Amino acid sequence: MLQKLNYLKETPSQTAGPYVHIGLAPGAAGFDIYERELGWDIAGPNAEGERIRVEGLVIDGTGSPIKDVLLEAWQANSKGIYAHPEGGGAVEEGFRGWGRVITDFDTGEWGFDTVKPGKTPGRNGRIQAPHINLWVVARGINLGLNTRIYFDDEAEANAEDPVMNIIEWERRRATLLAKRSEKDGKTVYRFDIQLQGQDETVFFDV
Amino acid sequence: MPDQGEFYQRDRDWHPPAYVKEYKTSVARSPQYSLISLQNSVGEITGPVFGHNDIDPMDRDLIHNYATAGESAIGERIILHGRVLDENARPVPNTLVEIWQANAGGRYRHKKDTYLAPIDPNFGGCGRTLTDENGYYYFRTVKPGAYPWRNYVNSWRPAHIHVSVFGSGFVQRLISQIYFEGDPLIPLCPIVKSIPNQEAIDSLVAVLDMNSTIPLDTIAYKFDIVLRGRRSTLFENRLEGN
Ligand SMILES: [Fe+3]
Repeated sequence: MLQKLNYLKETPSQTAGPYVHIGLAPGAAGFDIYERELGWDIAGPNAEGERIRVEGLVIDGTGSPIKDVLLEAWQANSKGIYAHPEGGGAVEEGFRGWGRVITDFDTGEWGFDTVKPGKTPGRNGRIQAPHINLWVVARGINLGLNTRIYFDDEAEANAEDPVMNIIEWERRRATLLAKRSEKDGKTVYRFDIQLQGQDETVFFDV
Repeated sequence: MPDQGEFYQRDRDWHPPAYVKEYKTSVARSPQYSLISLQNSVGEITGPVFGHNDIDPMDRDLIHNYATAGESAIGERIILHGRVLDENARPVPNTLVEIWQANAGGRYRHKKDTYLAPIDPNFGGCGRTLTDENGYYYFRTVKPGAYPWRNYVNSWRPAHIHVSVFGSGFVQRLISQIYFEGDPLIPLCPIVKSIPNQEAIDSLVAVLDMNSTIPLDTIAYKFDIVLRGRRSTLFENRLEGN
């Protein structure tokens, strides 16, 4: 008999189901229970850098927007530092870099306000273009989907980005680009997520 | 804290696949192209940090956290407790654990839930806590009821509590469901059966824990959660590590 490796197995994932809001965004489920809900303020009041809004839809394989999605964002500050002991340094007071939003029950639109992240270190001394890490869960999604939001006005940095460049199909890289526009004097990036089909968003096994 | 490297690759054969024909909602919500495999960099090995300022100690008591003063939720009173560990069997301290569930009748407090079982005015259905320095967590709640759902005409979810855990890196992020020992609905459920491995399914079943009950008050179930583990060396080919 061979020796045994005593690693544990990860707890298997299950769908977040249609009522994910009760646990993770109860206010949106229609009731007030916690004094402080988590994840509504990503950057905090003191963050430096450009204030932006990111918004979009999550669209299923039939072309319909999904109305019971929860998304979580994880990003660096404008200097490329994550708010974590291994994040590369100190961040502004109140900057958490993490946020959580749900899609609107009627329209399926989601959106969050934050600051545009800076470039971050990649592997082997390479530099990663500014991006926001995104995690998507919903009813019918059996294991949370990881993707990245890049910015379409960072063409130069995106072209050098090591992650963008491992995506073999240039056409698919475009699914990771949020499109910049101005709305009522605010900078808004549009990032629609296609779960399935020819224009399917690139998802990562991280 | 020693410098650590990237997380172990996720065993995707152990998790449910995206597309599960028998779980109908997954059909149009499952990506069809292969995932792009990514080695970890700083954004993957880091994740949000939570502290005791973020939550209230009462948040872990679902019997009382939504109840009128002096009242409590209806149902079988349970303690749900265990540890959050990583694949190296090391405790994950100070990590956020959030749960949500139906009430004892199988009804969610949610505007989209129209099941005819009544709302319990004293039960909200969500709780959260931070693990202690040993990775230990506990909740007090009521055992949720089974409820019907629209998959097949006669589909019933086994009693379950939804659980969300963070860990220290964003790629450890996990949502799952906790089932209860002895529930005959478990082997019938298309969502349970989305997991292709029986041993993996069994690891989602909380075990009756008579030693942790409070006599004449509350019964107990134990459930350990395992998050991805990390290599003990840095990813920049640094051999000294540790
Ligand atoms: Fe449920």
